[in-house]
Amino acid sequence: MAISADIPLTGVDAAVPHESGLSTGQKLALKYFVAAMVLFAAQTVFGLLAGLQFIYPEFLFGVLDFNVNRMVHLNAMIVWMLYGFIGSIYWLVEDEAGTELVGPKLANINFWVLTAAVTVVVIVYLVVQVGAGTHASIWFINEGREYIEAPRWADIGIVVCTGVFFYNIAATFIKGRWSGISGTLVLDLIALAGLYLAGMFYTTNLSVDQYWWWWVVHLWVEATWEVLVGCIMAWGLMKTLGARRRIVTTWLYIEVALMFGSGILGLGHHYFWIGTPEYWLGLGGFFSALEPIPLVAMVVHAVYDAGRHGFRSNNHPALAWLIAHAFGNFLGAGVWGFMQTLPQINLYTHGTQWAASHGHLAFFGAYATINIAFIYIALQHWRGNVWMSGGLPGGGWKWKWSLGLQCVGVMGMTVAMLIAGYEQAFVERAVGGSTWSAFFDGQTRPWFLQAMQWRMVFGLVMTAGMAILFWDLLTIGRGETRPAKQVPDPEAEPAAAG
Amino acid sequence: MTEPVWWASENFWRKTAIFVTAFMFVILIFLTFHSMSVILAGSEAERVPAYSVINHRIDYRFDNERSMFRPVIGEEAPLFGTMYTEAEARALVDLGKLTVQAKNCMNCHTLYGNGAYYAPDLTKAWLDPGWGNEQSRETLMLMFLTDPVANARTYGTGRRMPDLGVTDEEARGVIAFLKWMSAVDTNGFPYGFTPLPQGGE
Repeated sequence: MAISADIPLTGVDAAVPHESGLSTGQKLALKYFVAAMVLFAAQTVFGLLAGLQFIYPEFLFGVLDFNVNRMVHLNAMIVWMLYGFIGSIYWLVEDEAGTELVGPKLANINFWVLTAAVTVVVIVYLVVQVGAGTHASIWFINEGREYIEAPRWADIGIVVCTGVFFYNIAATFIKGRWSGISGTLVLDLIALAGLYLAGMFYTTNLSVDQYWWWWVVHLWVEATWEVLVGCIMAWGLMKTLGARRRIVTTWLYIEVALMFGSGILGLGHHYFWIGTPEYWLGLGGFFSALEPIPLVAMVVHAVYDAGRHGFRSNNHPALAWLIAHAFGNFLGAGVWGFMQTLPQINLYTHGTQWAASHGHLAFFGAYATINIAFIYIALQHWRGNVWMSGGLPGGGWKWKWSLGLQCVGVMGMTVAMLIAGYEQAFVERAVGGSTWSAFFDGQTRPWFLQAMQWRMVFGLVMTAGMAILFWDLLTIGRGETRPAKQVPDPEAEPAAAG
Repeated sequence: MTEPVWWASENFWRKTAIFVTAFMFVILIFLTFHSMSVILAGSEAERVPAYSVINHRIDYRFDNERSMFRPVIGEEAPLFGTMYTEAEARALVDLGKLTVQAKNCMNCHTLYGNGAYYAPDLTKAWLDPGWGNEQSRETLMLMFLTDPVANARTYGTGRRMPDLGVTDEEARGVIAFLKWMSAVDTNGFPYGFTPLPQGGE
């Protein structure tokens, strides 16, 4: 995979060329990306199983019950997002710091330890499933708290592995050079790791439990993860388009100000109904209603930069996924979140398929997309910094179809669940008064049943898109001899203001 | 290259980002201290009751003054015919909470509306009219939790709760936990819920 000497190195290899064409961090990133894609497949398979159980409740009953399938569906998703982020950061760290990774061996061991731990956790989820009502179950089987089900031993392992990762990244920047992007990234990683600690305790009091549980879940996905992808996005736009560093860094700061300005107290929208004081209704409603604003800024930024460069990128699939990220983040996290965030609405929609609808579009739109974009950036260089702009073999149909099918699939699932959620909000909540009989009444009406069927159909569309994505990732750039298109140097200032 | 105007400069937005983040975080810390003092079990705010509330009848009524539904703690109504001390009640609710976590209830059900949407919300499960009346409730709940397959409550959906191996002792803990949870003031969530008849209604 050697890069020939005559290829202009404007991309990631410029700072730290390596014999194989990839730096140490980039080789490590590839491992994370491979594991991420395996987990993506697992997420989809268990999502399909859980979705089928809505239609055929006897399917796998007593073998792999809904709670197990859904837990693996969610956890595989979270872990592959994290693997994608870690991979992306390892991919960019040496280029951004202008020096080599400080602890490559440690980083490699860290990958295998983390991956082995994830494997053990999933096997226990699938085989042991549940335990007795004791602390031992929470320590060794599963914690039983949505999204952070990982048993306590794994929590501690995650903190240790995150610590090693953080050390490697921060120390590499300290050894090399700092930038606006790396400074923001390192501070964000401190917050991200620190917040996880807020979920690592047991209490009898469910209100206190959920208060801190949301510190982890909300302040991860609606604050620190958003800033993290903001950093990755800034770097991605520089590398694929040649967007100017000064521009992307300024935008990043604007996004951080808006994101944390709205998102930190936006946490309050999770404190409406868990026993917490009434003032959270007003505070949570107000600040979370502002949460879409930074996401609008991200769309404007991405589209402006892409347009400014006439969409002349050195990596069309990556740029397309970056644009999908900007719009998906705005629609899924922003619009779908806003729709149900005011307490007057949320009283009826909370705990219905509205939330599932929002969750699917937001996680895909905000996070899956940008991880896939980075995998394309990585593959381009793994293949030897080859051509990935227009005029790919077959017109690049594989990446276009996989992008299209996945977007249509997720959007279809989202709308199906939204319709189911509307029906639940009316039938179960507003009319039925939220009793168990009202819940099941809502679950048996045609609108709900049809929505669950459409969700399966679009789930299969999504799966087809994912399969084509894997095919494309394995084949894109193979046998390509043209060097990558050259993009402007992000560090160069234009001769005149413009 | 001319320097951008101050409001478009990197420096201005870096400072703004740091200031806004720090300011919002300080506010959140302050509100967290306050919220924690309010939601401690048995605090004076009376939003989250002491665990010994399981010795009392719990009702859920519309409060005209607050314009929302809220729990009403009534006369003594011992759970399983036993009056518990605060420590005993806490131990029983604790067993229930541990069981709810260890059995992964939250990936089918919701608690305070948070969790999965395959099975009903548990916030007011203790008060659900599905249990018939006060006299049959505890027996039916025990039967259901210890053998949910034989005593399935599917309401025509075919969705059954799997046998999670809940022991009689754990089931009593879960019921105590559900009774305690139904007494938490959740700002009117769920809206319009009518409890089963209690106290000779």
